[in-house]
Amino acid sequence: MAKVEIRSESCKSCQYCVKFCPKGVLAVGDKVNAKGYEYVVPVKMDACIGCSICARMCPDAAIEVYK
Amino acid sequence: MEKVYSRTTGIREDMVNGFCPGCMHSTIIKLIGEVLDEMDIMDKAVGVLGIGCCGLHMEYMTYDNTTAPHGRACAVATGIKRANPDSLVYTYQGDGDFASIGLGESVSAANRGENITVIFVNNGIYGMTGGQMAPTTLFGMKASTAPKGRIAEEHGYPMHMCEILNQLTAPAYLERTSCNTPANVMKTKKAIRKAFENQLNGKGFSMVEIISNCPTNWGVEPLDSLTFIEEKMLPEYPLGVIRDK
Repeated sequence: MAKVEIRSESCKSCQYCVKFCPKGVLAVGDKVNAKGYEYVVPVKMDACIGCSICARMCPDAAIEVYK
Repeated sequence: MEKVYSRTTGIREDMVNGFCPGCMHSTIIKLIGEVLDEMDIMDKAVGVLGIGCCGLHMEYMTYDNTTAPHGRACAVATGIKRANPDSLVYTYQGDGDFASIGLGESVSAANRGENITVIFVNNGIYGMTGGQMAPTTLFGMKASTAPKGRIAEEHGYPMHMCEILNQLTAPAYLERTSCNTPANVMKTKKAIRKAFENQLNGKGFSMVEIISNCPTNWGVEPLDSLTFIEEKMLPEYPLGVIRDK
């Protein structure tokens, strides 16, 4: 059981996390944050293995990972 | 449930950084913060920032830092390190700052074997000032001052700073890394740690050249900038340890 926590206000929708997540947990959502970016949300949290690749790739330190 | 990845204490938590989407400047300052956290030396770290986008970090860093006049970060770092030998001093410079305007200061500091660490971020273009050609711009890569891209007869050749500094006797450690894949991000972090350890062990000048991106001035989406690094930047700037003594 693992999960990611995304600080949506920090997300700039560069999608590095979406590209590199090995389990396809993340996707661009349909809501925008205060800066106008369509922020990334977890869509398959059950598949998360807590590998932290998303968090390491995130330039904006928007992601924290629990396992 | 245990936290397995937490935000570094090296960057401010209450602010969203002002870098463009996908910019690796923010990835790299995050990695530096993580290394300082892991080595538990945040309280004696001093960052000397160059001019350009790299100077924006001063808003977000939580530890001591200063901004040098354009290109002079190695000279300023030299002064700080000599006055405070116990501190960990690193410069954070872009290619315009380190390899163009500050070439004299950079090469001189390396030649003296100053006990400092240089984090040299190479994205092949001037970012903040509007996408002008840098010494590291690739052949055929368009810039606002070179609309047809770099042409050898007119602009010369891309400069390989690791290889240039490798001609000197004094530098202790030179490595080129990138941040375009998770594996390369981990290698970059390892290289930064090694460079910091070299300084604490008094080994002298260490430099990590990081092949980075500039989606805004390259005119590509962030994801496409990763492909550009892989296909265009890395063949010109091969990754690896150039010197480790």
